[in-house]
Amino acid sequence: MPTIILDFFRAVWRGPFGPTGLVILGLCVALAILGPAIAPYDPVARNYDAAGKLLRLAPPSWQHWLGTTLLGRDVLSQMLVGARPALLVGGLTALGTVLIGVNIGLISGYFGGRIDSFLMRLTDMFLGLPFLPFIIIVLSLTGRSLTTMVIAMTLVMWRSTARVVRAQVLSLREMPFVAAARITGASDLAIIYREIAPNIMPIALVSVAFALAWAIITEASIGFLGFGDPSVVSWGSIVYDAYASQMMYRAPWWVVPPGIAIMVLVSAVYFVGRAYEQVVNPRLRTG
Amino acid sequence: MAGYLLRRFWHMVLTLFAMATLMFFLFRLLPGDPTATVISPSLYPKAQEAMRQQFGLDRPLFEQYLIYLRNLCVLDFGISFQTNRPVFEMIQGRLLNTILLILPSMLAAYLLGAGIGAIAAWKRGSAAEVSLVFTATALQSAPLFWLGMLAILLFSIKLDLFPIGHIVTPGMFPEQDWRMYLSADFLHHLALPFLVNTLYQLCFPLLLMRSTMLSTIGEDYIELARMKGLSERRVLFGHAARNALLPLATTLPMILGWAVAGSVVIETVFSWPGLGLLMIDAISRADYPVAQAAFLLIAVLTVFGTFIADLLYGLLDPRIVYA
Repeated sequence: MPTIILDFFRAVWRGPFGPTGLVILGLCVALAILGPAIAPYDPVARNYDAAGKLLRLAPPSWQHWLGTTLLGRDVLSQMLVGARPALLVGGLTALGTVLIGVNIGLISGYFGGRIDSFLMRLTDMFLGLPFLPFIIIVLSLTGRSLTTMVIAMTLVMWRSTARVVRAQVLSLREMPFVAAARITGASDLAIIYREIAPNIMPIALVSVAFALAWAIITEASIGFLGFGDPSVVSWGSIVYDAYASQMMYRAPWWVVPPGIAIMVLVSAVYFVGRAYEQVVNPRLRTG
Repeated sequence: MAGYLLRRFWHMVLTLFAMATLMFFLFRLLPGDPTATVISPSLYPKAQEAMRQQFGLDRPLFEQYLIYLRNLCVLDFGISFQTNRPVFEMIQGRLLNTILLILPSMLAAYLLGAGIGAIAAWKRGSAAEVSLVFTATALQSAPLFWLGMLAILLFSIKLDLFPIGHIVTPGMFPEQDWRMYLSADFLHHLALPFLVNTLYQLCFPLLLMRSTMLSTIGEDYIELARMKGLSERRVLFGHAARNALLPLATTLPMILGWAVAGSVVIETVFSWPGLGLLMIDAISRADYPVAQAAFLLIAVLTVFGTFIADLLYGLLDPRIVYA
């Protein structure tokens, strides 16, 4: 396992995009950890000016770098606090997605036959499930919380990973080292998890990256549509507050920063994912 | 081929059946009583009982399920909790509105994306190409709802070029019939969401076209074309691009399905009266029959997209053998 992580960093470090992405990702992780501690104000507290008047939609100033919201809340503080839910939901979903997807892909590809056709039929069904609408319906029925969001997203997103992993396993299964393991009397489970699984780790890592990117955007979209956890300030919920207040077009400082933050974070994830994919998949390597 | 088509169609029906089933049990088994808004717990127990009977909720779950399936087959989606009108009535026009918003924009995105992607592959390594790839990735990473809001802020509010939302100017077409779709007013309303969605969606085909073309560069037939003395431009556009179009074309219906599923976002930003906005509105009013029907129709569009994608794949790539 550690060698894979090491290989990963070595692979991504080449080229201009990979390192940029890694640095940005590192900064975002630091923000997710430190955000609430370094936020200058309480993100949901109302702020007043010297005369005791509520700072409604105050444009950026030295006191409030990114201005304030309709309720006089500090946008910068909300931005700093919002990094955590984005990365938490994204990270957990990506992990869960890959865990389920890899296992289903391994089992389906290795055993083939009826197990394979059943699992692939299931995968196809999930591929047809409209992603965002499904999650919104689940959230509206079970109540809006980060936990439900992660579970609902994981339940749907494993589908693509399972397909990619299965395709890979189908060709690995025929390799001599698998036959050799079988001759030595290794059980199916041992072959799957000791012989084949290490070989699909690179592809699984690529899946983690793309699942992470998707999950972050989806978390923001859910927040924007108003189905996010009501007790959590996230980048999506900042845009939703602005949208719901109908004041968003009068206060660009309220709407622009969360979008840029999401864009930068997701781009970073894509850059890292693609840089790594180019190394793993030599066909993508460009001159 | 006919056998494959039939089997693939059968899978599609099965998938839709599974989704309808999933919806039925989701709404009944998950915590939270969706009927509470209609059958208020504050009513007399007798009245509650009567309403349950009226909606058929007193029957065993399995019987309810069979009735539900039968009703779906004849497009009876029940009665809206909110308006007390048949759900079918409310949903009809919405389907067309969603298709009109998404389909042309996705076609435009694919045509433009393929073209720009091919040019990017041709100019590989240049500063222009690197910045193009960078921009496309950034755009793809931006949340669609946010791009829509920025576009409204810039083009509708600051420059006053486009209306802020809706499908036509409210009150202009009280009947909401076909004449609405032929008006210049409709096109004027369509323009901005169309542009935003196209710009956002063209990033995927662009990047895919570029990387597929680059991956063909080492292939024998490209080497051959080069050896024939063809110019780099003809090698790329005549040979590499043609082959790259194939994987691209086959992704269109599936991405189209995803775009339909993602329409909840763009329809909300632009108040576009399609299926996605209908679903969001219905959920926030606890009008579950409408939400369920809207979801199922979105699912039909998605599944149908995947179905077409599979067929196209076989039609365009003769190497695929139907077994």
